[in-house]
Amino acid sequence: MKIGVVTFPGTLDDRDAQRAVRLAGGTPVPLWHADTNLHDVDAVVLPGGFSYGDYLRCGAIAAQAPVMQTIIEKANQGLPVLGICNGFQVLVESHLLPGGLIRNENQHFICRDQTLRVENTSTAWTNQFQLNEEIVIPLKNGEGGYIADAETLKRLEGENLITFRYVDVNPNGSMNDIAGLRNAKGNVVGLMPHPEHAVEAGFGPDMPEAMRSGVDGLKFFTSVIHSLVNA
Amino acid sequence: MPKIIVEVMPKADLLDPQGKAVANSLNRKGHTEITAVRIGKRIELHYDETPTEAQLEEAKAFAADFLSNGVIEDVVAVTVEA
Amino acid sequence: MLNKKTATNVDTTKEAKNTPDKHQPWKELGLKLEEYDEIKTILGRRPTSAELAMYSVMWSEHCSYKSSKIYLRQFGEKVTPEMTKNLMVGMGENAGVVDIGEGWAVTFKVESHNHPSYIEPFQGAATGVGGIVRDILTMGARPIAVMDQLRFGAPENPDTRRVVDGVVAGISFYGNCLGLPNIGGETVFDKVYQGNPLVNALSVGALRHEDLKLAKASNPGDLVILFGARTGADGIGGVSVLASETFDSTGPTKRPAVQVGDPFAEKVLIECCLELYKAQVVAGIQDLGGAGLSCATSELASNGQAGMRVQLQNVLLRDDSLTPEEILMSESQERMMAIVPKKDKAAFEAIVNKWEVEYSILGEVIKEPRLYINWGDEEIVNVPPRTVAHDGPVYDRPVAEPKYQKALNKNTTKNLEKAETPEELATQLIQIVTSPNQASKNYITDQYDHYVGGNTALAMPDDAGMVRVDETSSLGIAIATDANGRYGQLDPYAGAQLALAEAYRNVATSGAVPAAVTNCLNFGSPENPEVMWQFKQATAGLADGCLELGIPVTGGNVSFYNQTGDVAIHPTPVVGVLGVIDDVARRIPSGWQDAGHNIYLLGTTEEELDGSVWSEVIHDHLGGLPPKVKLQEELKLAQALQAASVQGLLASAHDLSEGGLAQALVESTTRFNVGARVFLDELEEKNKISKTAVLFSETTARVLVTVGREDDVKFVGLCEQRGIPITRIGVTDTEPTLEIQNIASWPLATLKAASEATLPELFA
Repeated sequence: MKIGVVTFPGTLDDRDAQRAVRLAGGTPVPLWHADTNLHDVDAVVLPGGFSYGDYLRCGAIAAQAPVMQTIIEKANQGLPVLGICNGFQVLVESHLLPGGLIRNENQHFICRDQTLRVENTSTAWTNQFQLNEEIVIPLKNGEGGYIADAETLKRLEGENLITFRYVDVNPNGSMNDIAGLRNAKGNVVGLMPHPEHAVEAGFGPDMPEAMRSGVDGLKFFTSVIHSLVNA
Repeated sequence: MPKIIVEVMPKADLLDPQGKAVANSLNRKGHTEITAVRIGKRIELHYDETPTEAQLEEAKAFAADFLSNGVIEDVVAVTVEA
Repeated sequence: MLNKKTATNVDTTKEAKNTPDKHQPWKELGLKLEEYDEIKTILGRRPTSAELAMYSVMWSEHCSYKSSKIYLRQFGEKVTPEMTKNLMVGMGENAGVVDIGEGWAVTFKVESHNHPSYIEPFQGAATGVGGIVRDILTMGARPIAVMDQLRFGAPENPDTRRVVDGVVAGISFYGNCLGLPNIGGETVFDKVYQGNPLVNALSVGALRHEDLKLAKASNPGDLVILFGARTGADGIGGVSVLASETFDSTGPTKRPAVQVGDPFAEKVLIECCLELYKAQVVAGIQDLGGAGLSCATSELASNGQAGMRVQLQNVLLRDDSLTPEEILMSESQERMMAIVPKKDKAAFEAIVNKWEVEYSILGEVIKEPRLYINWGDEEIVNVPPRTVAHDGPVYDRPVAEPKYQKALNKNTTKNLEKAETPEELATQLIQIVTSPNQASKNYITDQYDHYVGGNTALAMPDDAGMVRVDETSSLGIAIATDANGRYGQLDPYAGAQLALAEAYRNVATSGAVPAAVTNCLNFGSPENPEVMWQFKQATAGLADGCLELGIPVTGGNVSFYNQTGDVAIHPTPVVGVLGVIDDVARRIPSGWQDAGHNIYLLGTTEEELDGSVWSEVIHDHLGGLPPKVKLQEELKLAQALQAASVQGLLASAHDLSEGGLAQALVESTTRFNVGARVFLDELEEKNKISKTAVLFSETTARVLVTVGREDDVKFVGLCEQRGIPITRIGVTDTEPTLEIQNIASWPLATLKAASEATLPELFA
């Protein structure tokens, strides 16, 4: 299964996302921001980082990149796309997901092991989770406060599009504790926390059993492989 | 230098954490008469010649769909400065 | 690509010959009359204003190490062949390079950005990170982690908040945007740093042996290419102004001294450089930091024993009004200079264009060891590059033991009131572990990304940071840095050794084998003989200590003039130790994760409270002599930890240092919420020390470890066989409580909350 990982100038977690794909049993394919060709990948990950320095607004300039024009077109046709952190911001700026992400409520960049609740498992990226399963995934962002107007929020809640919610602590002031969203089809998912940092024991978040042993993020990647195999 | 000035503000009804932090700080410094602070952006587009009406319209268009994000921000002014 | 500018009134070499007596502002540029005369002797004429700019900035303390050079030599001299056998590049290059096996090498260095960080904390700290990362990149390595050693003024002073906020935000902003995990560091508050905070930044990088790059231009005909950000009026004269004189409350007077960093540009530059290295199209490379183009051109040529012809008008500018002198001195960030063979020009251009990095060809390497710089048709620099870069002035400055030293050393803690009752001991314990220096630093470190890269095996609050270098073999490195200015003030020789010993011990507790040393020597004014004495003592202590421990100094940095008014900071030699671990899966955590393990204290505890946190927090006292340095014991202890780690006997290991046993107990229990029952009577009796010393003494060569029941006999045997004093002081427990028998018992949630509350209460 070929899973594309996009590198924009300023992308930071592209190598981590590629590793996650590999550990899940897929084949990572690097995609370059200036190239409109997706090289026949079966799914795409938009990794974290500070694309184009996050100047103007986080993800705004990346959303205009040549590679995104193809991704937007294919995503609308059902290509599975996962946006992580800056990737989530790119999805929002590309209008593939609604709302916006603003500076954290406490004004600081936050790096912490974050508990999330999986509230929707009928997506390409979450089908291996149990509904309402609580998972621990590192969160690290400066502009992760999810924001949307009342009408959009109502629709997100009503149509069951909220895929992840923060549990225990809402770290960045996100409305309705929203950590991640899906589109109506369930092929596009975006979230602020970083599943690619919880895929390998020894390098993941601290868990009750042992330090740095968390691998809950791996299921994002096994989910997409599962959904592609069964497509 | 002729310019087009684009001014972008966070939407009035949305939280502006940056503005809130600055307001709190000003209040702490004793400026209690300040009731709120909102922080936006001023974007300057530089031109060699005074921008035409058509260029101004063009600027208004990309100000709305690229220089600002309508979900969280409003373009409050797009003006020519000769 | 040429700038559209015309030369204005430039001072040429021709002009210099014709007007030998023209007055020049050598003094304002920080030069001494003898130094100015020396330049005239070298050139056989007066320097042009461009040459004067170059010499003044390159001969400044910061760039030339003129006051420290005679002492730094001993780091290269006090060595054995065994110590240097893995050293691929030693001192003098941008950073030292150490062979860590399996074809891998690592390069690491710590550098100061103290003065800029006081003037503009955010940009000062940010560009400090940027600068050290470029040093690492210059060696051909991919930067893989950063750490910061921060020292601020008194926490309750209002200005401290400004500096803390700015510095932490600056490091967070720049480091996080670069995608480098921040894996550790130090944060210390002390009023001696009030007007002069210390912002030291460390970076480490990894490279394959064959990718090693050096900053030299040796092949005539090769192109000299400047690439990265454009050159602007950033920190013009910053190096000279900032590092060669103290500043008062009005700040520096000469020129804009602050540089503004763009981490995005640096991230792109990193990836671009790594691709250039891989394509093997650069013969030499140098980053532009302090002294900008003056430094890069003269050092590349001098290192390559060659020369260079440069057309300064080819430099891409952000601001067309810059004069040639300003272009030479500009410290605009995120710039690199590459030496590229002509045959590789097209390949070079293809890669920089791919990354949308701007570049311009400034000139060529020439055989004649002479640096010629033209401004259009006019020659404005014509100098032997060695005289600029390497043969600067060297001073043997007067030294004198401080007049206060003997009285300070006599004023011991002997007569300070010790805690005796359980209540007093319990109260002091809480006071100490919640004091700003000992409290949890989460408020700061939670603002740093320690996950990016996916290779972080240990990070703060562990004793050492650890990253995997090779994903296949799990080969990794550990780094710890330490310094204790209070110890340094009491005895700079011992203070430097204690910093070394602690960093060494921290690396050993992580399971890695200590391999190399870097340092950042923060001191007051070298023109003050008492400061110079401290510097002399500290460097001797460090060099002697490294020799005794058998690990080489690979490089470092000296920062003088750290003082406000006439009052110098405490001597603060920050020492970083790098260790190698063949499999990062073997790393030893510092926190406790399992109940039912035996807790052992390794080493002997003595009545050593002088200079301690206890004396500071409880009595606001500084005097006496710091804890004894015990390097032979440190060696033995490290070897025992190493052996136990290889056999998988240790569940955890935590070094004992500031705050003593009490601090280690609180940190180890609260880390993963695993409690302990601890009994200290045996320790008190066996070591014949006071209860206060049992809890708070800072005797060195001690480590707290936990061992599972199944490994107990083996581990105790291992220690006894190696002559390591070992005392069982308790057992870990499922109950989330720290119980110190006959003293007190605390729920871990209370301890953790108290420790984590201190910094947010001060700064959030």
